[in-house]
Amino acid sequence: MNFPANLKYTKDHEWLRVDGANAYVGITDYAQSELGDVVYVDITASGDVKQGASFGTIEAVKTVSDLFLPAGGKVLEVNQKIKNAPETINKDCYNDGWIIKIQLANPAEANGLMDAEAYKKLIGH
Amino acid sequence: MSFVPNTDEDRKAMLAAIGVQSFEDLLKNIPAAARFRGELPIPSELSEYEALRKMGAMAEKNLAAHGQICFAGGGAYDHYVPAAIGTLMSRSEFQTAYTPYQAEVSQGTLQAIYEFQSMICALTGMDVSNASMYDGASSTGEACLLAASHTGRNEIVIAGPLHPNYLEVCRTLCEGREINVREVYGGDGAADLAMLRKEVSDKTAAVIVQQPNFFGCIEDAKEIGAVAHAAGALFIMAVDPVSLGILTTPAECGADIVTGEAQGLGISLSFGGPYVGIFAVKNDLLRKIPGRLSGMTVDRDGKRGFTLTLQTREQQIKREKATSNICTNQGLFMLCATIYLSLIGKQGLVEVATSSLQKAHYLAERMSVLNGFKLKYNKPFFKEFVVETPVAPSRIIDDLAKKNILAGIDLARFEGTGEGLLIAVTEKRIKEDMDFLVDSLKAYAK
Repeated sequence: MNFPANLKYTKDHEWLRVDGANAYVGITDYAQSELGDVVYVDITASGDVKQGASFGTIEAVKTVSDLFLPAGGKVLEVNQKIKNAPETINKDCYNDGWIIKIQLANPAEANGLMDAEAYKKLIGH
Repeated sequence: MSFVPNTDEDRKAMLAAIGVQSFEDLLKNIPAAARFRGELPIPSELSEYEALRKMGAMAEKNLAAHGQICFAGGGAYDHYVPAAIGTLMSRSEFQTAYTPYQAEVSQGTLQAIYEFQSMICALTGMDVSNASMYDGASSTGEACLLAASHTGRNEIVIAGPLHPNYLEVCRTLCEGREINVREVYGGDGAADLAMLRKEVSDKTAAVIVQQPNFFGCIEDAKEIGAVAHAAGALFIMAVDPVSLGILTTPAECGADIVTGEAQGLGISLSFGGPYVGIFAVKNDLLRKIPGRLSGMTVDRDGKRGFTLTLQTREQQIKREKATSNICTNQGLFMLCATIYLSLIGKQGLVEVATSSLQKAHYLAERMSVLNGFKLKYNKPFFKEFVVETPVAPSRIIDDLAKKNILAGIDLARFEGTGEGLLIAVTEKRIKEDMDFLVDSLKAYAK
């Protein structure tokens, strides 16, 4: 399993990639592997969302999980690719399979997240 | 699974397997003071014959529709039930099976559900149908919940006269979620569009119309749908599927959700149930619908198979976020409806609907000529109509029962429906039946 060193991680298995004032959010390789085939992603949040708040749900065949925002910000964009091809998240969870793009409200929040090593320890890898 | 009861040998073997001498040993942790001692005060057993006699005597007190000339409707109709349905549905594979939870093992059941769903979509013009609901009333109630959840609004407007039982079920289901259900109706037999336009607002989650409505009248569904959509509300139609043999499809009328009672599709009257509800929607509401969904797919060898699909909607997975707690269907009666539609086919349903309509109009015409009898509403109707009577409807019903005629339903039984005799005519009524009814009513004509 793959956990890129340049990303930040949460205990709910989301990743954050800072890109200037913005950031991309998705779910980790561990999460997509546990979920199985992703069939639908429902983004319910818009505008400003707090750190840790649910911004939507991700559906696999036999389960639905909440998606929690790793750092607070304003929702800028939802990845349209995963609308029609949700399996992209299974195939490429860190690049093509990003879920939302936000404008960071407080960049310091990103610093408080886990790095790859800490996350790997958390999940026992 | 075998339904043969356990023998004494079976019990002995089970007790031995868990290392217990007798059944009493399993109860020894219950305090002696709490144990009931002595004989249970219930009558001793009856033989099979004694039981049959006893139950038979009770059953004799009921009037079975098949011994009567039935003009009673009000949501449950005496349409013909083809003989093949009884034979097929009493096969033990269908009749004794509970709703499958390891669903994919029951390919036959899932295929039947898929066929049912496909037929409901063909009948209503909607994109998706679920595997069926308990009945028309609860199906309509569930539609209210879906509309409220989807729009974020908490008011349901009922346009025109809805079946009082349906209204009560909707209110019961909506009460806990603090959704307000209110009727908008002027009292002339059908929805009042001018009144409706004033009452529907941006607080309205959905407008519901029953088609045909409780009094049998045909509503201007397309116009009502337009009023709903103009206010951003959903449009729900509670339909009689038999009427879809000749009426415009709900989809063409702009329905977002279609509910209804499929009892008229090959299910006998059975003292009010069990019946089967329908629930169909446009694609954009797919993920919000209650109940089960059967889907067609291929297995790993490329062979066609059926599964329960989109189960993530249901409460066993989505818990408190599910829009409904329904996770079952009326499997056996859904099957009856499916067999019925397969047997009579598209043309057959047209014939059933046309025959019912024509016969109802024949009877209405003949009755209106009698002094003191008058059609209450001046609206187009399908197979049911309300008649004002020179004497109390209950008297007519009781008197005519002695002649084996079930004359109709006395609207005085319900609150808020006004008075009159509600009469239904199905394709089963022959000319002699209807002439006999009219002749019997002459005695009351002024």
